[in-house]
Amino acid sequence: MDLHLESIRLVYPDGGTTLTAVDDVTLTVPAGTTTALLGPSGAGKSSLLAVAAGLTRPTAGQVRIGRDVVMTPTTSVADAARLRLDRIGIVFQSPQLLGALTALEQLELHAHLRGRRPSSLRPRALELLDAVGLADQRHKRPAELSGGQRQRVAIARALVTEPQVLLVDEPTSALDHERGTRVVELVTALARRIDAATLLVSHDAATLATVDTTVRMLDARLDEEAVDHALR
Amino acid sequence: MFVALRDLRHARGRFVLMSVVVVLITFLVTFLASLTAGLARESTSAVTGLPVDRLAFSMPQPDDAPEFTASRVTAAQWQGWAAQDGVERAEPLGVATTRAESAATTAAVTALGVDPGSGLVPAPADVAPGTVLLTPAAADALDAHAGDRVSVGGTDLTVAGVAGTDESFAHTPVVWTTLDDWQTVGAQGADPADGPVATVVALTAPDVDDAALAAGDEARGTTTVTPREARSAVSSFAGENTSLTTMQAFLVGISALVVGAFFTVWTIGRTGDVAVLKALGASTRYLLRDALGQAAVVLVVGVTTGTVLTAAGAALLPGTLPVVVDVTTTVVPAAGLVVLGLAGAAVSVARITRVDPHAALAAR
Repeated sequence: MDLHLESIRLVYPDGGTTLTAVDDVTLTVPAGTTTALLGPSGAGKSSLLAVAAGLTRPTAGQVRIGRDVVMTPTTSVADAARLRLDRIGIVFQSPQLLGALTALEQLELHAHLRGRRPSSLRPRALELLDAVGLADQRHKRPAELSGGQRQRVAIARALVTEPQVLLVDEPTSALDHERGTRVVELVTALARRIDAATLLVSHDAATLATVDTTVRMLDARLDEEAVDHALR
Repeated sequence: MFVALRDLRHARGRFVLMSVVVVLITFLVTFLASLTAGLARESTSAVTGLPVDRLAFSMPQPDDAPEFTASRVTAAQWQGWAAQDGVERAEPLGVATTRAESAATTAAVTALGVDPGSGLVPAPADVAPGTVLLTPAAADALDAHAGDRVSVGGTDLTVAGVAGTDESFAHTPVVWTTLDDWQTVGAQGADPADGPVATVVALTAPDVDDAALAAGDEARGTTTVTPREARSAVSSFAGENTSLTTMQAFLVGISALVVGAFFTVWTIGRTGDVAVLKALGASTRYLLRDALGQAAVVLVVGVTTGTVLTAAGAALLPGTLPVVVDVTTTVVPAAGLVVLGLAGAAVSVARITRVDPHAALAAR
């Protein structure tokens, strides 16, 4: 299903005034494709991603997945959590793994969050860990993994429930160019496999050869003239 | 408790530290409860162990609260009770704390004076004129055996034997004598015109209702209470029990605060994990269940260990330290600690509901 961000506006109180983090952004990410969102620091990219993920309510506008309106200014916290659990996979800027869980358990956790036995997700979890090259590290905890390995576990975790939407926030920020490119390739390939609509925030255009579309944000707005539809 | 159990396993040091604190608090609370019960037994077992339904006190003033040291009943009063409808038996019972002397030593004892055949002496023993029946503790204290001569409150008596059960009154071992022999011990100051006197009347009246008892009290100038209520009439019991029970209550309250404080700190330390779980879509209910489940594991492990330590400690203690280890002094306070500990933990983990995953992840 496509991801639709419609007239999204996000305004924060800032001392005695307000700060507009996202200003009337409309963006569609088709299912099975990856859209990269570029822009300088402070442009509003991560804020837009947070709205799409239901981590923060928009001040105005709405988020749709297919024809379903999933996020509005009045969506409850519980509904937003349910949205993330059922339909959205998120790869955070830093891996944000739980320190007490092994790589395999990081993925199996999703089943437990849904009220099912963790082992019910094991085949899918093992398949994904193998896809990201970490099958033999499945029993290691985050402290025993390198930064790149933790990032790959986080990617596998985001995809284990085959979400309709995949949101990726700066996956290459702590990686060198070569590794960053490989991570983006991995994300786009895995997301395409499950037909997820993928929105990927990045500041490094050089790593984005495999994405389908590039858009740019500047000063809380989309720069319409900077949309680049890459050829597959 | 998928995350909670793994968190406990991963953070063993924290788990052990918290569990040790819970163990210590539990040991304190249950040991104090056992000691309180033991001291209460030493104060009042002679009263609570009586096979009767009521004890009738006769106090100097009608409104005085029952007290063994001030109560005195006459033959007219216990005979009046014996004649009351529904009263199967009304036996005079003299209670007086005094000094006893054997060939070897002296000791404080409480002399209980009863009529032969009263049914108040633990079966199969009974009292006989000129003799005294010792409880095991009294026999130990006096180093006396059957056939020995002892002086009880100035009256020379022959030890008839040692009873099968140990009763205490006001922390002194009990000795049983006849009511007549008891008069020289406990009836000083009585009016000779009253004839033999006793301290209370022990009533066997299982089917007499409260109204009839009140009428009997009115008629005879007595106050009837159950043996359990009569504990308050033992001078050492009330103050001791109130102090120890107050200490227990404070300890239990403090334990809830301590557990709550620990879990507050622990929860703050887990804020990052909670933020990740919320960002992944965990419901507030899931998070609370997970956190409280973790608290429950720590509490159950700690409380169980502390309770076992109390039981083991009590078994190893010398017989001079009075402790009673049973369900009411171990399991009941232990269960109370778990419940209160969970309540304390619940207050602290409720902060989980206020974690903003977006802000917390940005800060992590």
